[in-house]
Amino acid sequence: MKSIINYFKEILFGLKSLVKGMAVTGHYITHPKEIITQQYPENRESLKMFERFRGEVVLLHDENNEHKCTGCTACEVACPNGSIEIIPKRVEIDGRKVKAIDQFVYHLQMCTMCGLCIPACPTDAIVMANTFEHAVFDRSKLTKILNKPGSKIMDGIK
Amino acid sequence: MNWLYDFTYLTQSIHESLSRNFEQGTVVLIEMILVGLAFMILFALLGLVLVYAERKVSAFFQQRLGPMRVGKWGTAQTLADVIKLLMKEPLINKNADKFLFNLAPYIIMITAFMTMAALPFAKGLQALDFDIGLLYISAVSSLGVVGILLAGWSSDNKYSLIGALRSGAQVISYELSVGLSLLTIVILTGSLQLSVIVESQANGWWIFKGHIPAVIAFIIFLIASTAETNRGPFDLAEAESELTAGFHTEYSGMKFAFFFLAEFANMFIVSALGATVFLGGWMPFHIGGWEVFNNIMDYIPPIFWFFGKVSFIIFLMMWFRWTFPRLRIDQLLTLEWKYLLPINLMNILVMAFLVLMGWYF
Amino acid sequence: MEEIIHDQELESKEYFINMGPQHPSTHGVLRLVLSLDGEIIKKVEPHLGFIHRSIEKMCEHDSYTQIVHLTDRMDYLSCHINNEAVCLCVEQALQIEVPDRVKVIRTIIDELTRLSSHQLWWGVMGMDLGAITTFLYGFRDREMITDIFEETCGARLTMNYNVPGGLFFDIHPNFQKRTKDFLDYFKKKLPEYDTLLSDNVIFTQRMKGIGILSKEDAISYGVTGPTGRASGFSCDVRKHHSYMAYDRVDFKEILDTEGDCFARYKCRINEMWESMQIIEQLIDNIPEGDYKVPTKAVIKLPKGEWYQKVETARGEFGVYIISEGQKSPYRLKFRSPGFSNLSALDHMARGCKIADLVAIMSTLDLVIPDIDR
Repeated sequence: MKSIINYFKEILFGLKSLVKGMAVTGHYITHPKEIITQQYPENRESLKMFERFRGEVVLLHDENNEHKCTGCTACEVACPNGSIEIIPKRVEIDGRKVKAIDQFVYHLQMCTMCGLCIPACPTDAIVMANTFEHAVFDRSKLTKILNKPGSKIMDGIK
Repeated sequence: MNWLYDFTYLTQSIHESLSRNFEQGTVVLIEMILVGLAFMILFALLGLVLVYAERKVSAFFQQRLGPMRVGKWGTAQTLADVIKLLMKEPLINKNADKFLFNLAPYIIMITAFMTMAALPFAKGLQALDFDIGLLYISAVSSLGVVGILLAGWSSDNKYSLIGALRSGAQVISYELSVGLSLLTIVILTGSLQLSVIVESQANGWWIFKGHIPAVIAFIIFLIASTAETNRGPFDLAEAESELTAGFHTEYSGMKFAFFFLAEFANMFIVSALGATVFLGGWMPFHIGGWEVFNNIMDYIPPIFWFFGKVSFIIFLMMWFRWTFPRLRIDQLLTLEWKYLLPINLMNILVMAFLVLMGWYF
Repeated sequence: MEEIIHDQELESKEYFINMGPQHPSTHGVLRLVLSLDGEIIKKVEPHLGFIHRSIEKMCEHDSYTQIVHLTDRMDYLSCHINNEAVCLCVEQALQIEVPDRVKVIRTIIDELTRLSSHQLWWGVMGMDLGAITTFLYGFRDREMITDIFEETCGARLTMNYNVPGGLFFDIHPNFQKRTKDFLDYFKKKLPEYDTLLSDNVIFTQRMKGIGILSKEDAISYGVTGPTGRASGFSCDVRKHHSYMAYDRVDFKEILDTEGDCFARYKCRINEMWESMQIIEQLIDNIPEGDYKVPTKAVIKLPKGEWYQKVETARGEFGVYIISEGQKSPYRLKFRSPGFSNLSALDHMARGCKIADLVAIMSTLDLVIPDIDR
């Protein structure tokens, strides 16, 4: 007799647990306001990354097309995967030959966004930008030259 | 608008106009083609609507939006899927049994078509009105497992084979429960003819008139029919996380689409059967004594009642699928043989006693 | 005649199935060679190496600050804890005592990482058992934690927030508020997890008594983390070899004796409650101070050997550094919890069904890059 009661108890308990589970999902289907989906390309305007988000390395230029990079290669040394490559050149300033950057090459395809290059820079020339739409059709487009054509180093940065 | 309430006039007028122009044999042939076309259109529409509904319903259960890109609210998503599947390459394994491999999806589709023939959609809208309609449906719908077994066997893939054998064990077991739970109502109606079963519910659906045993039978029917259609939580034949895709792992393109369609068609069929037997088919909802209410209910055409009830059961089945985890094969069989079957047999006994004593409404 | 009958007798033969490397429930590229008799598993043989990136070898060429970000890529679900292990080891070698502020912040983010890892595990666990909805719910709640990480650490998954000697930056001003909001939110949602899975009759039937691992076996296989604790093996590094701010907070080590899948499941669910309690104790008491101890630009460890272990979401994670006095280690060895936990899989899964294997694997909570390194 006891086993029969247990048998029916088991069934009722099982059914109850199932109904409880259905109540949870039932709650969500009746509350469409709680939907969490964000429709990405449509919400581009309102989508804002957090300020610390690491998207890609950029070399800051001011309005006179001047940057702060001295070509010291500290970031190149700090980078664990060789994403940064600095090609130096010699320029003549006040009759002295000074080392400066010819090209600041940044391989986005190798970058792991660890952010180690940023604190390594002694002149705060580079920052991590918030951009995240990096998809391109050609791999070669991922290799970027960060210093703009014709840009030169700011005065007083050594 | 009268034809919406009673399709007998419509079908009769078609038959008469055909008889005036053609011989007897040609009329039958044309009518058969017409009915076949109608079912094919229904089948395609069901596929489109149910796949979309499943995706949307599951999305809302999961706090998502579901398909939103193709068409307004993603309504054309299924069409896009069909085009994609049509363009896919039909791959066949090197060592697969090519004849059986190609045959399997058609067997499943054919069984679905055959079952649909006996369903009463509305008053006068039924292709075949057997006196053994219920028996016919339960007999034919269980043929679908042959297709699954063939698909699993011929694919030359161990996952497919395991899935197919699981499905075989499952469908054969649960066939019992579906049949017995339907029998519980047959005791009340005294007939296996589906149109008679529907007519007998003119003054109240069996789930209300048969009270407790009918409700128990309905719950058992819901569980067992979900299992029979291989849908979650009983989707062991597919068992995505265990057997990748079960019996249709190796199928691609349109043949895969056939399996997919057949799943939804079967879901529709069992829901329609449940609606017909337990929820009064196309009969409107009536409450004894409430004349005004009953008149308003009568105003809704029977075909809407039928599809409304069917979609209610389909929604319940989707709710099960998107809430519960999957059972294991031995638990599945335990559930059938240790729980559903004994309860079902007891239930039939109780129902027979009730009918004998006249303790039903 | 008799011979013919004898020949035709049904003989069940073992057969093999390759589960993985591409399989929905191996969570990555783990290849299991199953030896089956019908549906019953006779033997499970894990084959590794599909995602081997030789991280340990790469570490021998990187400086100590660079090593930290490589550990993100091992157990990506508890990346902050991995980072911390390397930093702690370097700090131990350099005999740096980090400020209290750093200790508390590291502890809070550790626990947030553990929570997010367990949330993901819960979602995936449900999906492995066929309840796909739980996957979305798990990710929904995890999203709030990744937002906290993104705001403070700058990335959602591979945060790289630790540097030897402290932290990358100070916490974001919104950090405390966001964390408290999350705790309030998640305290309401965690009981829902119980209703959906823990109490569900199908779920409990599938989990109870499956994949039993006794305490002795857990110890001999080196199974740690919630998996080991569910077998009664008290192995919480936070308790036994306390590091950072764990010695000043009050929390329980979740222990169970069953050792089956359900015990492992319960262990993780209860750990989520404990993690929330730890965060609650610390979040209002972050002491003022520096977020970093100044270190040399190029860190060189003295000659010697050091070992540091921490408790990740999966178990005991160890870092063993051998230094020859150079700027990069002579040899570096990671003791990853997933590897030892996986080794017990064969022992647990023998005699089970295929469906049970999936359940056992998800309760082991494997992260394949952690196993392969």
